[in-house]
Amino acid sequence: MSEQSIWEVFRKEKRGAAFEHAGSLAAPDADFAEAWAREQYGRRGESVALWLVPRGAIHDVEDWADEFDLKYRRVDGYSIKARLKEARERAGTAGPG
Amino acid sequence: MNEQALLGLADDELVLGWRDSEWTGIAPLLEEDVAFSSIAQNEIGHARAVYELLAGPAGDADALAFDRKPEEYRCAPLVELHLLEWAHTIARRWLYEVADEIRITALKENADPAVAGLAAKIDREEAYHRMHAEMWHDRLRDEPRFRKAVEELWPYALGLLPTELRGELVARVGLAEVDAIERGTHTDELAPMWEEMTMVRRSAPAGSQW
Repeated sequence: MSEQSIWEVFRKEKRGAAFEHAGSLAAPDADFAEAWAREQYGRRGESVALWLVPRGAIHDVEDWADEFDLKYRRVDGYSIKARLKEARERAGTAGPG
Repeated sequence: MNEQALLGLADDELVLGWRDSEWTGIAPLLEEDVAFSSIAQNEIGHARAVYELLAGPAGDADALAFDRKPEEYRCAPLVELHLLEWAHTIARRWLYEVADEIRITALKENADPAVAGLAAKIDREEAYHRMHAEMWHDRLRDEPRFRKAVEELWPYALGLLPTELRGELVARVGLAEVDAIERGTHTDELAPMWEEMTMVRRSAPAGSQW
């Protein structure tokens, strides 16, 4: 069992639900991965289906360029608190209502 | 319905479930530790279902499981062996599952629908136990340690089945039929295990409710 590899386990909690990452396990081949995943992720009826994915089959994406300040593309990009205060002062009202 | 045969099945499952549970926390691989312990619990669950069937609605399955003396148990000597060595443990698990499949298949044809129904229910869960046992067997079948363990346990494995079912076990395992170590006899290892298994129940004050 020296040649074990990591399998990522995804499980579906009920029919129609999306698969979600459940955890991972080390196993020497798909048969062992299946038997062990059944016991670890299915024996209490918590899953209706499992996906077992060799970790090596996963294509990793984790680098994001953020050289230009693009926060205006996001809904959390603006802090409107200060602007709102200014606008209220111009309008002569203290606050909502 | 052959009550003695059913009691033998229940005692096999209880005692093997107990023995396999001795690996909890110390199995050679973490993932296997979880799987092996889970299978051991399943076997005890099968034992409970059979004891309940034998005891009947008004009976006491716990009394049947735990209040007999060691010599009154009907388990086969195979399941009594205290095997804290992985090759032998997994060899026993595999031999047991092969023999158990033959026995359960026969029970599914039982004239009593309650027995046949319970056998079918047990069989659906045993399918995963067989998958587990077969994958280990496929992996270790050419390992000398495993083969030696299978050969050592073979006379015990034959003792799991009544004589009329042994031919199929011989064909499936591929070893020559030898003198079986028969059910009805016990190893020296049963009594100490029984002491531990029934200790809490025997020491509980009369009338204790669980």
